[in-house]
Amino acid sequence: MKTRFTSCLRIAPDRAFVRGLILLPGILFALQAQTTLNSLSSVVTVVAPEKVIAKRGTTQDIQFTVQVKSGYHVNSNTPADEFLIPITFTFGSDAAVEITSITWPKPSLEKFEFSAKPVSVFQGDVKATAKLKPTASAQPGLTHVIGKLRYQACNDRMCLPPRTLEVRVPVEIRN
Amino acid sequence: MFHNKYEGERLVRITRRSLFASCAALGLTACGGRIENRVTAASGSKADPNRKPAPNFTLKDASGKSVSLADYKGKVVLLNFWATWCGPCKIEIPWFVEFEQKYKDRGFSVVGVSMDDEGWDAVKPWLAKNQVNYRMLVGDDKVAQAYGGVESLPTTFVLDQDGRIVNQHVGLVSKSDYENEIHKLLENRT
Repeated sequence: MKTRFTSCLRIAPDRAFVRGLILLPGILFALQAQTTLNSLSSVVTVVAPEKVIAKRGTTQDIQFTVQVKSGYHVNSNTPADEFLIPITFTFGSDAAVEITSITWPKPSLEKFEFSAKPVSVFQGDVKATAKLKPTASAQPGLTHVIGKLRYQACNDRMCLPPRTLEVRVPVEIRN
Repeated sequence: MFHNKYEGERLVRITRRSLFASCAALGLTACGGRIENRVTAASGSKADPNRKPAPNFTLKDASGKSVSLADYKGKVVLLNFWATWCGPCKIEIPWFVEFEQKYKDRGFSVVGVSMDDEGWDAVKPWLAKNQVNYRMLVGDDKVAQAYGGVESLPTTFVLDQDGRIVNQHVGLVSKSDYENEIHKLLENRT
């Protein structure tokens, strides 16, 4: 391996190699821009069940995990300050299922550099449970419902604008 | 070492490609690391040696009066983008109140631009509970885009007397940093 590497260095680069080297900064710049966008939008991600089976006339518990990037926090569902935006998870009104309740974990009360008093937040993996119920008009069969997670994230020095993350959940409605 | 010249050259080509791929991978890794740092610790300050003109805008204040940034020409301006839901912003606002009071007679003004989606419906109740002695406006996407998107709050621009951007601060910055900049600009020791 060492020999091959040495051989490689001794030979003058061919045109393709030179072109590759010339293009490399451009490729890296494009990937950097893309990665920046992905990183900014992935401060929070949601892991939802692959499939939910919901029987008409009954409620079904589903668990989902909100993953908050290290170093960031989101306001809990019960922020102490009236101007802070709480985390919420909803389904659209036209969905085949409705959420009857959501149980969030106990938030942590954290004191940040910017906060005079502790702030009620979620950090890391946040495991929540939603109770689902097929709506009266739901037809048996497989459908997809769009869950909407609204959150507002900050780190200890700055905040990102509130965002709504859509989560597509396959739901099989059964009689 | 090689069975023939062709095989030798082929191996060298493969090695060269491998080296290229390795360089690319190393570059990406290094690049990824740098991006990660920038995103997770994106707060900071960026002084602009070329001092580009601050984009002008016209927005309404709480009384409905139109206010243009151009109205502040001749003054040192601290242009602060904030929101009622932004905790770090609320640490800085009392400092800005103090600066306004301390330096307004020396040609200094603070202009606050709220980026609350709900506009005055969110800002007015907050202002009712918090004493702010400087001009407060409600921003829009157009203004945010003109100032580079204003993705994170607080974002604050320090403008010189000619309406040019001297410095941009993203995230919570120390009070003394702001005050030093204001002092320098007011004393024309830029």
